[in-house]
Amino acid sequence: MSNASEKSQGAGLVPAEKLIFEQTTPGACAVSLPVADVPPADLRKVIPQELLAEAPPPLPEIGEQDLVRHYTRLAHRLFSVDGNFYPLGSCTMKYNPKVNERVAALPGFTGLHPLQPEADSQGILELLYQLRYFLAEIAGLAEATLQPCAGAHGEMTGVMIINAYHRSRGEDRPKVLTPDTAHGTNPATCTVCGRFAISVASRPDGRVDLDDLRKKVDEQTAALMITNPNTAGLFDPQIADIAEILHAKGALLYLDGANMNAILGIARPGDFGVDVMHYNTHKTFSTPHGCGGPGAGPVAVREGLQEFLPGPQVVRREDGTYGWAWPGPRSIGRVRSFYGQIGVLIRAYAYIRALGPEGLRQVSEKAVLSANYLAARLREHYRFPFAPPYAHEFIMVPEFREHGVTELDVAKRLIDFAIHPPTMSWPVAHCLMIEPTETESLRTLDGFAETMIRIAEEARTTPEILHHAPHTMPVERLDEVTAARKPDLCWRESTEPAEAADNT
Amino acid sequence: MQYTQLTDADVRHMLDTIGVRDIGELFRDIPPSARLDRPLCLPAPLTEMELLADLNRLAGNNTSVDDAVCFLGGGMYDHFIPTVVDALASQSEFVTAYTPYQAEASQGALQAFYEYQTLICMLTGMEVSNASLYEGATAAAEAVLMARAITGRRGVVVSSAVHPHTREVLATYLKELPIDIVVVETLDGRIRPEGLRQAVNDQTAAVLIQTPNVFGCLESLDQFSAIAHGAGAIVIASVDPISCVLLKRPGDLGADIVVGDAQPLGIPMSYGGPSCGFMACREQFMRKMPGRLVGATRDRAGRRAFCLTLQTREQHIRRERATSNICTNQGLLALRVAIYLSAMGRRGLAQVASMCLDKAHYAAQKLSDLSGFELRFQAPFFKEFVVRTTKGVDRVLAHCRSRGIQAGVPLAPWYEDLADSFLVAVTEKRTRAEIDAWAKALSEV
Ligand SMILES: Cc1ncc(COP(=O)(O)O)c(C=O)c1O
Repeated sequence: MSNASEKSQGAGLVPAEKLIFEQTTPGACAVSLPVADVPPADLRKVIPQELLAEAPPPLPEIGEQDLVRHYTRLAHRLFSVDGNFYPLGSCTMKYNPKVNERVAALPGFTGLHPLQPEADSQGILELLYQLRYFLAEIAGLAEATLQPCAGAHGEMTGVMIINAYHRSRGEDRPKVLTPDTAHGTNPATCTVCGRFAISVASRPDGRVDLDDLRKKVDEQTAALMITNPNTAGLFDPQIADIAEILHAKGALLYLDGANMNAILGIARPGDFGVDVMHYNTHKTFSTPHGCGGPGAGPVAVREGLQEFLPGPQVVRREDGTYGWAWPGPRSIGRVRSFYGQIGVLIRAYAYIRALGPEGLRQVSEKAVLSANYLAARLREHYRFPFAPPYAHEFIMVPEFREHGVTELDVAKRLIDFAIHPPTMSWPVAHCLMIEPTETESLRTLDGFAETMIRIAEEARTTPEILHHAPHTMPVERLDEVTAARKPDLCWRESTEPAEAADNT
Repeated sequence: MQYTQLTDADVRHMLDTIGVRDIGELFRDIPPSARLDRPLCLPAPLTEMELLADLNRLAGNNTSVDDAVCFLGGGMYDHFIPTVVDALASQSEFVTAYTPYQAEASQGALQAFYEYQTLICMLTGMEVSNASLYEGATAAAEAVLMARAITGRRGVVVSSAVHPHTREVLATYLKELPIDIVVVETLDGRIRPEGLRQAVNDQTAAVLIQTPNVFGCLESLDQFSAIAHGAGAIVIASVDPISCVLLKRPGDLGADIVVGDAQPLGIPMSYGGPSCGFMACREQFMRKMPGRLVGATRDRAGRRAFCLTLQTREQHIRRERATSNICTNQGLLALRVAIYLSAMGRRGLAQVASMCLDKAHYAAQKLSDLSGFELRFQAPFFKEFVVRTTKGVDRVLAHCRSRGIQAGVPLAPWYEDLADSFLVAVTEKRTRAEIDAWAKALSEV
């Protein structure tokens, strides 16, 4: 690896890229707009003086080719599923089929106004109605809402439904239990929904500690939010017992469906005791992550809870037409404007239609196979805190502390081999959480295994290479402490240009 | 179709390496009682050709803005999207990356979001913007929660001319929290200072005002800010981002938090989503902000570099004490917004805003020649206005629809007292000929 001081940001395929504001040329514009075809309104007459701006804000001005070059260069400074193996645990970074992008971009979908008449929207309504049914069937639950915008928004919708259910029975249950391995959104959701999150311990084998659960469930408990398979990649075989313990106290079982990629067509949450769950379409159904969204977080509920779903709900009327209707007076209400992340839901629909029942089952079979294969290949080189078999992801711990090498060093070193780092340090201290997904070839899986073995070797023999990794990116490790202490979140004219401080 | 690449031979080899006989053995932790003993009841798989045929059929069974001229607004607008925006935002690196947690391998996304934040600050007149929220209504609800955290107070005052969906979402979000909503009614399409003065008190955490409001009318944000600040409340302004180039920015009119839906800025309507919620605030409230923030810093070698920052506000660090539960946001749409604003630039966007204003006023002017139609409110407006008719809203809209025009959004479902009115939006895309045809269709009823 080359020495840091030999490189500057200006090299080769990934040249340095100034901020768009530093490339502004007064008078330039990437867009041509038509000349006015109506008489101009008399601004001073139609808008009160005190509301009129003196001048438009100083947006950048740039021509079309330079604009294209700017964003193309930024795109090249970015790892992605299309360019890189991306075994980011819990995020299900599987291949995003190109055909789904094509169909979601059809003008017959993108050019629809949400308030246009239902009669003009029968195609999209039919699609949404079908998807609503597909998601209920895959969950083994009675009905699904497509409204929530992402996983965390689905959690919020789900906990609100649970609150509404308890209230309808004249109860106010302030507590929600979350296993200590829960994703951060679970406890955060509890607070946003006016509940208290209470942590439940895991056993050394990574499963829920039933004794601790029994101790903590009472008549004040609204629900347990569980992830199964859990965030350590382990299916909890006690799931039916867990459901029973909760139900005996009148509490409900909520499933964080982030890990549905492990059980599609194999086990259904509704069949193992779950009352309410959310999906992440951007994980399980391969809608792309888009640098952090948009996703979608549909929520499915058991028979008896439908009346609490948010509205409006897509329905099929007696005459065979589709439309929108309110679930009833006990609905929790709206969780967003209009109906949902429609463009994302179209991709989820296309994915499910393309694969069919057998194809979905194979998704989970091959996702689980790939994870267990990687675990088998790495078992001698890293510590595995939990015994196999694993679900669609697994956890391992790099044990190189005596060489001063942390999980962060190992993860960052992977970048030099064009592999995106796994999830780190959660849900077990110092771990790496690896999720290969079903779409990778054996060649890629083997390449990853060999790279991880090589890095383990490096950790023992040349640890300094790891400390400063990555060495091949346009930037090296960042000063995140100063970033947080003296936040610079917005460019200002006075911000010094990049070159001035380029002390390479 | 299948998107897996493992061959039967690969599977055999992998099973041997693991040391199991078949894939079923890997699922042994799932008890038989929890298993599905039949195939999922879903339609059979499709080939790519069949899938395209199915989706083309569904898309073809809708009437899009290409088929009927769109004068619909009410939160989503048929603005022009330059081709370059679609082309750049669909680059597959942007489409298929995750949230940029790994800064070294994600500088492209991080720089784009830093630019987005800066552009939103420029538009709103604020000091800090986050990297996006889900959409406009949830952004407003998050802003109210933020104001509650800042002030420790328990009331929120909302104008009845805030979009009904925003108010409904707010009601849903606040249902289980000790916060009361007080609604201020409008007079001639706008709220009045006296009304606001009566509604605020020393327990008011925030005043939420939308301008242009749901009727398209411009509110006197500066006056209302003074009243709210007098009571120690936070001013939350929900705005149309395009109006911000022509009108004084909310930050210049006293707003403390500015939110809105960025859909007009290069995002297709897509039947209501996905769009992009924006939120910007004054620097003093930065640490109470929900959502991701990108900051500029240096790398080890001193080069400018970008990273996610102030993450101790967020759920993955702070868990139940986080400022919000949001995780995945609307990254790719925020990127679209940045590309759109950069493509338009200062003069392009100003031109778009002027065209909206001119065309909306041209259309409104046409009403004076029509009998049975009039402007419902006298307040100043930007690109949207309310029309009252004596001819029956449904009949009018159905007739226009038969002439290939979506003439407006009926207001009856939102406001009982406006059952004789509909909302009309006119963007820069509408030509004079289309507006004339709209007026002619109205005249025929
Ligand atoms: C286990 C788990 N739960 C919840 C979430 C939150 O989902 P989203 O990011 O879609 O809001 C995630 C995503 O990172 C997750 O991994």
